[in-house]
Amino acid sequence: MTSGGAASPVPPDQIRAIPVRHTGRWVAAAVIAFLAYAVAVSMATNKRFQWSVVRHYLTASPILHGLVITLELTATSMAIGITLGVILAVMRLSPNPLVSGASWLYIWFFRGTPVLVQILFWNFFGALYPRFAIGIPLGPQFTHVDIASHITAFLAGMLALGLNEGAYMAEIVRAGIISVDEGQTEAAHALGMTRLLTMRRVVLPQAMRVIMPPTGNETISMLKTTSLVSVIAVTELLYSAQIIYARTYGIIQLLIVASIWYLIVTTILSFGQYHVERHFGRGVSRNQSSGALLTWWSNVIDVPFFRR
Amino acid sequence: MVKAEGVHKRFGRLEVLKGISLEVEPGEVTCILGPSGSGKTTFIRCINHLEKIDAGRLWVDGELVGYRQVGDKLYELPDSEVCRKRAEIGMVFQRFNLFGHMTALENVVEAPVRVKGIAKDRAAAAAKELLTRTGLADKVDSYPSQLSGGQQQRVAIARALAMSPKLMLFDEPTSALDPELVGEVLDVMRGLANDGMTMVVVTHEIGFAREVGDTVVFMDEGVVVEAGKPREVLANPQHERTRAFLSKVL
Repeated sequence: MTSGGAASPVPPDQIRAIPVRHTGRWVAAAVIAFLAYAVAVSMATNKRFQWSVVRHYLTASPILHGLVITLELTATSMAIGITLGVILAVMRLSPNPLVSGASWLYIWFFRGTPVLVQILFWNFFGALYPRFAIGIPLGPQFTHVDIASHITAFLAGMLALGLNEGAYMAEIVRAGIISVDEGQTEAAHALGMTRLLTMRRVVLPQAMRVIMPPTGNETISMLKTTSLVSVIAVTELLYSAQIIYARTYGIIQLLIVASIWYLIVTTILSFGQYHVERHFGRGVSRNQSSGALLTWWSNVIDVPFFRR
Repeated sequence: MVKAEGVHKRFGRLEVLKGISLEVEPGEVTCILGPSGSGKTTFIRCINHLEKIDAGRLWVDGELVGYRQVGDKLYELPDSEVCRKRAEIGMVFQRFNLFGHMTALENVVEAPVRVKGIAKDRAAAAAKELLTRTGLADKVDSYPSQLSGGQQQRVAIARALAMSPKLMLFDEPTSALDPELVGEVLDVMRGLANDGMTMVVVTHEIGFAREVGDTVVFMDEGVVVEAGKPREVLANPQHERTRAFLSKVL
């Protein structure tokens, strides 16, 4: 801001103040560092952890197979959940009271019962309806399928998780749809776009910005919820670990193995979530930043303490 | 082009339109003036069936809006039919309502491609021409959030024109703009009027109404108080209510 005159090394109005000393921060940092050190030493020196066992089973083929099943289960039940969620949300917002009522009833039922109960229910569904027939009730049948022999434990788990997820996704999608300004719908209608086209091309893409963050959370949560299907003997990650420790008694070691894999996948998923959110946030922020990895990382460790 | 006969509209217990009758000839610019709450926005929204009317009749280009008449029975039109008719009427909103997740070009291309089924490259070429005509040749790839209000409204006009409408509705197109940006939007509208577009314009811009309007309609409390040539209505209003309104805004 200064102009002319003798070029002084420090412009007169530039502030060179001594920063406030954050004594509390330094004390807290010291305490935390000490605790972390203590835990690390104890984990490294406590022989009972048997880290060699953990290392051995981390890439054992039953564990990797279990991991694949867990990923498959997560992907398929989220796919069912999201599809169902969009349909239920649109139904819920329908002016037809029967349609919106049906959606309400579904959400009420599937949110109102524990997912573990639903998993068990679908597993034993074959006992309730051994045969699934297409036809007119109490009238002629056109075709039928034997449920008892077709519903595997995997299918039951996928169905239970997916149908349950649909209820939660419906509320998330509904919140997203409501968040889109009504003017958008009006403008689309004024251009001659039908209700369905407006929903698909104008409302849902913008609702995605609101829908994506909680959906990312749901996916990460689903990854871990799939461990519940171990109760119906689906050989996913946790159950694979359980089978091994039932034989070797290395309970802690195998739970650590499973936890490591859950953590790895969660980290990958949260990285993916960041990218998908950025994609759907387009047109909202004026300055779309570059250097995705760096930005993601700085979001993870967004601590003012490290910034000077 | 537009003909209204005794149009009534109520929201719950509030009667917003209490029998509007007016006629807009092809190629004519009709400016609707009036205080807020007079029903002018509601009326213009009835013309493309964004609002359903409760009584009276409304025709666009000789066809009943929103209904089909067989004998003396009225049949509600299905969504697809209503959309087909809306596609022929352009509308520009007070708050622009550009699609936020699309660039200016994508905004203009969307309806011709999705509603009319025009090939993408042809629609894009036509859209670029329209954006150039509205003075936005260098903004085709900008998102609405990166544009000023005046630029957004000009994109919105280009978006409506891309459907080659036979009628354009303007709902207070300059009311949400900074004063210095009003001119650029009015210039585009003036150009349209000179090209012979039929326009119904709800506005507070008395100057624009006087200069461009073929007819000025003054509305208050859901009725047409006075209508006629701008010279007569604006310079020599017959009704006390019109005089009071004009004395405040002029």
